[in-house]
Amino acid sequence: MEQNSIYTHKMMFQFVSLQWKSFTRSASFSTHLAMKILIGFFALYFAATFAIMGALVYPFIQNEMALDPLLTVNQFLIYGCFYWVVLRYFIQKTPVVNIAPLLLHPISKNKIVHFAMGKTLSSAFNWLGLFFTVPFSIVLVVEGHNWGGVLSWFVGVLSFVLSTNYLNLLINNNNKVGAIALSVLAVLGGLHYVDVFDITVYSGPVFQALYEHPIAASIPLILLVFLYRAAFSDYKKGMYLDGGLARQQTEAKTQDFTWLNRFGKTAVFLKNDLRLILRNKRSKSTALMSFFFLFYGLFFFTGSVAMYNGPMWFVFAGIFISGGFLFSFGQFVPSWDSAYYPLLMTQNTSYREYLNSKWALIVVATVFSWLLSIPYIYFGWDVFFFILVATVYNIGVNSYLVLWGGAYIKMPIDLTSNKKAFGDKQAFNVKTVLLSIPKLVLPVLIYFLGTLYSEQLGLALVALTGVLGLAFKNLVFTTIERIYVSQKHKTLWAYKQK
Amino acid sequence: MIHIKQLKKSYGEKQVLAIDHLEVPSGQSFGLVGNNGAGKTTLFSALLDLIRLSEGSITNGDVDVSKSEAWKEFTTAFLDETFLIGYLTPEEYFYFIGDLRGLSHSEVDAFVGQFEHFFHGEVLKQKKYLRDLSKGNQKKVGIVGALIGSPSVIVLDEPFANLDPSTQIRLKELLREWSQQKGVTLLISSHDLQHVTEVCERIVVLDKGEIVKDIKTQTETLKDLETFFAQKSQEA
Repeated sequence: MEQNSIYTHKMMFQFVSLQWKSFTRSASFSTHLAMKILIGFFALYFAATFAIMGALVYPFIQNEMALDPLLTVNQFLIYGCFYWVVLRYFIQKTPVVNIAPLLLHPISKNKIVHFAMGKTLSSAFNWLGLFFTVPFSIVLVVEGHNWGGVLSWFVGVLSFVLSTNYLNLLINNNNKVGAIALSVLAVLGGLHYVDVFDITVYSGPVFQALYEHPIAASIPLILLVFLYRAAFSDYKKGMYLDGGLARQQTEAKTQDFTWLNRFGKTAVFLKNDLRLILRNKRSKSTALMSFFFLFYGLFFFTGSVAMYNGPMWFVFAGIFISGGFLFSFGQFVPSWDSAYYPLLMTQNTSYREYLNSKWALIVVATVFSWLLSIPYIYFGWDVFFFILVATVYNIGVNSYLVLWGGAYIKMPIDLTSNKKAFGDKQAFNVKTVLLSIPKLVLPVLIYFLGTLYSEQLGLALVALTGVLGLAFKNLVFTTIERIYVSQKHKTLWAYKQK
Repeated sequence: MIHIKQLKKSYGEKQVLAIDHLEVPSGQSFGLVGNNGAGKTTLFSALLDLIRLSEGSITNGDVDVSKSEAWKEFTTAFLDETFLIGYLTPEEYFYFIGDLRGLSHSEVDAFVGQFEHFFHGEVLKQKKYLRDLSKGNQKKVGIVGALIGSPSVIVLDEPFANLDPSTQIRLKELLREWSQQKGVTLLISSHDLQHVTEVCERIVVLDKGEIVKDIKTQTETLKDLETFFAQKSQEA
């Protein structure tokens, strides 16, 4: 028995050391590290915000809103939970452990799965919430609430948060669930907003019960155990080479896209890009994800978020709305082709043709997003113009910026990642956000400079920048092409390191 | 056709390839043999400008491969699976290469059709993506892909590896026929001494990045090579 536990510790140490090596020895280690540091800052920021909120929300609700603080918080907790699930689904990475090489060694499958699932607990999503609940609970006790009730409330809420962790693991195998959760959130929020149906009337008492009847805390605890076991058995089932570790074979359909032929040599690559998007899970979910960017504008134009009011934010929103595909897919050109980059580099073609087709794809998707965004006219003509101007800017400037940046990113994308039971299926992650920042800030800045004179000039300047970008396309492409050529060997090398 | 001068490739301190002079005349079928780490793939990668040389130059049909991309017009290659696009069907892959090399779909169909025997009915019209084919069938697709567009220089790295015995025999016939009839310069590397002596008129042995043998293939060549590598195995 003693022997066994020493052995287990050794093994855990091995697992951790393997993880550490895969991180430090990765080809894009410095990029990863820089990302981690930036993400760390974000986490710190959120932790601080949550802590302040947790401490101040009680007096705020009591004094400013004249409501019962605990009741009010409980009422809105359901939205918090939904929001957490959605946020996790889109941002939190599922744990990646290279399983296949471990299968033959004397390590029980249970241990591998327990380790991988335990590892997810280290995610900021699990403990960030504590920065809110801990100070809030303390304030509750200080303000004279029954400490036993507060403790069971705290345990209950924590269990809910951790439950969403394992729920996320479960649903990560299913692309539809994330979309459904997001839709449910949108519908509930919408119904609440227009006073048709208020879910908080039903959910509030549930959370309140955690405080009033400590025994109720056992329900989320049971839920947590249940979800853990469900995720556990789900992953364990996948631990066979012909099970979850295997690639799913689908019957191939030949797609010719002959209607694209009119675009000459660009069409050759365009066809492949379409097949790339349609036939690989990773790129498919990325393309689908860009669709959700369209709804981002609702935060800004409905005036529902007070902070987002003001024309400066409208430019921001416009860039986001029309640039969904540009940000989520475009930013990872040419990494999408990393698996067969040597082929492209030896074929009878030039970088310009290759880049042109990627650019065309981005432009078409941007225009398409703009067409879909036309219903925003509902919020006024000025909103329409903001999005139109932002679209022009996206086409004329940001489309080049993503291609230009792509030459340096050099992160191989494994389209057919099949060796990992806990594959990295995230289409939209923190990296996307970080890379997007300059592309969002610059147009806002240009707009701001114009508004020093008048709002119209602001818009005109942004649009003009976009048009100028388009006019100088050849010049810009020559520059970008030169960068790609100069980066060619480094890129080939980086793509080899998987 | 191909001139290599004062070529050196090193990673840090370690030199992996050093070829003072090597010339492959047009139309020759050229075989490269050597143990693992001898520099075969490195040489081919350098010829295709996939890696940068530390010193020296390689010209392919009067084009310095590090300075111009004009060699791509008449050169094709299949080194490994990074030359395949996994999410395409074999047909789409052939069309893609045909498109880049100026062949219409019907021309590609006609061209690929003549390899039906080589494919052994396991490649075309299988409703499978390349990523779902077996390693051997993937290799067949890659090799045939490298023959599309009447190239005058064809580079194949380890074409015999992963193929079943019957296919190896078919491939041997195919390569011999191809190099003789069409007058192309064929460069292949192999670990299989017998295959390479049967296909190539000239064989160069690389050892630790240097040329240690350069022979015109004759009846006793296979024996020579076997003796050489047997000695190598004693040394190590």
